[in-house]
Amino acid sequence: MTELSAHLPQFQHGQLTENFPDNHLSNTNDNSERRRHGNSERRRNDNPEYETNGQPQNNIQHVVEQDEEEDEELTLKYGAKHVIMLFVPVTLCMVVVVATIKSVSFYTRKDGQLIYTPFTEETETVGQRALNSILNAAIMISVIIVMTILLVVLYKYRCYKVIHGWLIISSLLLLFFFSFIYLGEVFKTYNVAMDYITVALMIWNFGVVGMICIHWKGPLRLQQAYLIMISALMALVFIKYLPEWTAWLILAVISVYDLVAVLCPKGPLRMLVETAQERNETLFPALIYSSTMIWLVNMAEKDPEAQRKASKNPTYDKQALANQTRNQDAEADDGGFSQDWQQQRDNRIGPIESTPESRAAVQALPSNSQTSEDPEERGVKLGLGDFIFYSVLVGKASATASGDWNTTLACFVAILIGLCLTLLLLAIFKKALPALPISITFGLVFYFATDNLVQPFMDQLAFHQFYI
Amino acid sequence: PAFGLFIFTIARDPLRIIILIAGAFFWLVSLLLSSLIWFIAVKASDPQDEPLQKGLLIFGVMFSVLLQEAFRFLYYKLLRKAIEGLVALSEDGCSPLSLQQMAYVAGVGFGLMSGAFSMINLLADALGPGIVGIHGDSQLYFLTSAFMTMVLIFLHTFWGILFFHGCEHQRWWEIMAVVIMHLAVSGSTFSNPLYVGSLVPSYLLMAAAAAWAYLLSGGSAQNLRRFLLCK
Repeated sequence: MTELSAHLPQFQHGQLTENFPDNHLSNTNDNSERRRHGNSERRRNDNPEYETNGQPQNNIQHVVEQDEEEDEELTLKYGAKHVIMLFVPVTLCMVVVVATIKSVSFYTRKDGQLIYTPFTEETETVGQRALNSILNAAIMISVIIVMTILLVVLYKYRCYKVIHGWLIISSLLLLFFFSFIYLGEVFKTYNVAMDYITVALMIWNFGVVGMICIHWKGPLRLQQAYLIMISALMALVFIKYLPEWTAWLILAVISVYDLVAVLCPKGPLRMLVETAQERNETLFPALIYSSTMIWLVNMAEKDPEAQRKASKNPTYDKQALANQTRNQDAEADDGGFSQDWQQQRDNRIGPIESTPESRAAVQALPSNSQTSEDPEERGVKLGLGDFIFYSVLVGKASATASGDWNTTLACFVAILIGLCLTLLLLAIFKKALPALPISITFGLVFYFATDNLVQPFMDQLAFHQFYI
Repeated sequence: PAFGLFIFTIARDPLRIIILIAGAFFWLVSLLLSSLIWFIAVKASDPQDEPLQKGLLIFGVMFSVLLQEAFRFLYYKLLRKAIEGLVALSEDGCSPLSLQQMAYVAGVGFGLMSGAFSMINLLADALGPGIVGIHGDSQLYFLTSAFMTMVLIFLHTFWGILFFHGCEHQRWWEIMAVVIMHLAVSGSTFSNPLYVGSLVPSYLLMAAAAAWAYLLSGGSAQNLRRFLLCK
């Protein structure tokens, strides 16, 4: 029974969980931890629920087994719907990032680098620059790996409070501090006069509602919106503070790491997901974007059936969002602990941690709620880290490409196709898959190809007004 | 208009959106390969020679057209396989999306992508200050570009329908007609900035393709009359 239940959630998780690995890089550790927190929290909250869930789960398992084929068909059929459910938030996030990059110049100015990338890229020789960027990327990746392992360890040893606190602090940092900076820059760009009191009020409201939505309960759409905003903010921070070559290298290495971390038996993310599934817990809501909502907290109350149904749909979405936010929080936490002399770095680090965690969270989403609901309601969860790195890719493409909008559009389509393929693989393999590698690979290939090959061609065509 | 097409007919069904994005992706890949060929040719030749460069560009355009049609064919093959899969999965034995619908969506995907790539940088520049055609070029640059792009998007849509229909019924002459039409339209743009030479034939061809596709999809003059008179 348990195995079956685990199997179901896995499927659901897998779809999204794939995403987590991507973001994880630094966050994985955090994310896993967060997820555990989320799961453990849910567990605590829903103890009665879990028991009852176990029953329906078992029943559902039976039903599922009997109608396995039908189930698969339904899954694939609704696969298209789920793909679209993921397309929309990813597109929104990318649109927000691109719009900000294009209009607010703050994010394209070089104002220094994070402490995680100590080597500068403004060197005299190309070789020096390459070496520096490789070193930067190596440092960043090792930070991410360490964080991920830390998260997994914390999760394994049930230090849920630590993870939870970490997530909360990082989401706090992200929601308040980063959005304050963002708002300030937007006002500067559009020359809007604003007094401190109004700004304080706005930021306070925004932050508090965000915290509530992400970590507790809130309307699904609002939670999703907050997760998207947080991912966009994180992506913007990355775009600003990572030097050119380092950013591309990091993207490439992160997808490789994601692949390894999720698929290898000893990979931290995989361990996180498996542990979460064993314990029948959900992943941290702050680290994962889910297309439907699973409110285990709700389910513990009065009417389990109704709540399960209600929560199922929103949980998917919210969870995904929640996961993301958590990821970010986790990152913020890390930032606080490290001796960064720049708060922003801390913030960034926090969110990063969130992403790996979110991803883990996504994967770990328990199938409890899902099993009791009809298959149509199963959603897909995507790690927040995935959102962030997709947006970083597209944002960098729009910021620094000579082909400008063509390159941005090409990267956008490439990422969406990668996401499609990943979800297809998810439907076929039915386990947690990394969402980053395929999309990022496509995105990188298309970026460099479009920038260097297509751009001169299109320029010439447009100049002569030829049409192909 | 193409965006309107998208909103009204495609945005409802998630499967169609996926097919649309995949269609755009295929077009993008074909563009990538053709620009690769062109790039190699340019690097291998003398950059100072103007007519040669222009000739290379023309060659690149023709090659790109052929590649686009080849990718449309590949996409058709992929969609055939996908339809078989969908039919196997569906409950009542028939695919949720007919091949004709897929042809339409694929055509729109191709068209949107090609239109976007042709226009978007232009639009971005158009937002900024400047005077059109200040160096003696035509002042209608933006207008004609917009019209040309629109006609090309529609043409891609119709070609998609015609092409898939031709592949489906093994009528090779239909496929050849699509390819020749595409070559003709691109060729007519070589006569820019003599806009008469490019816009007018393109619109005529588009009208012809539209009528042909409409007839193929099962429409008829009677249907059209009934639709227009809202019966």
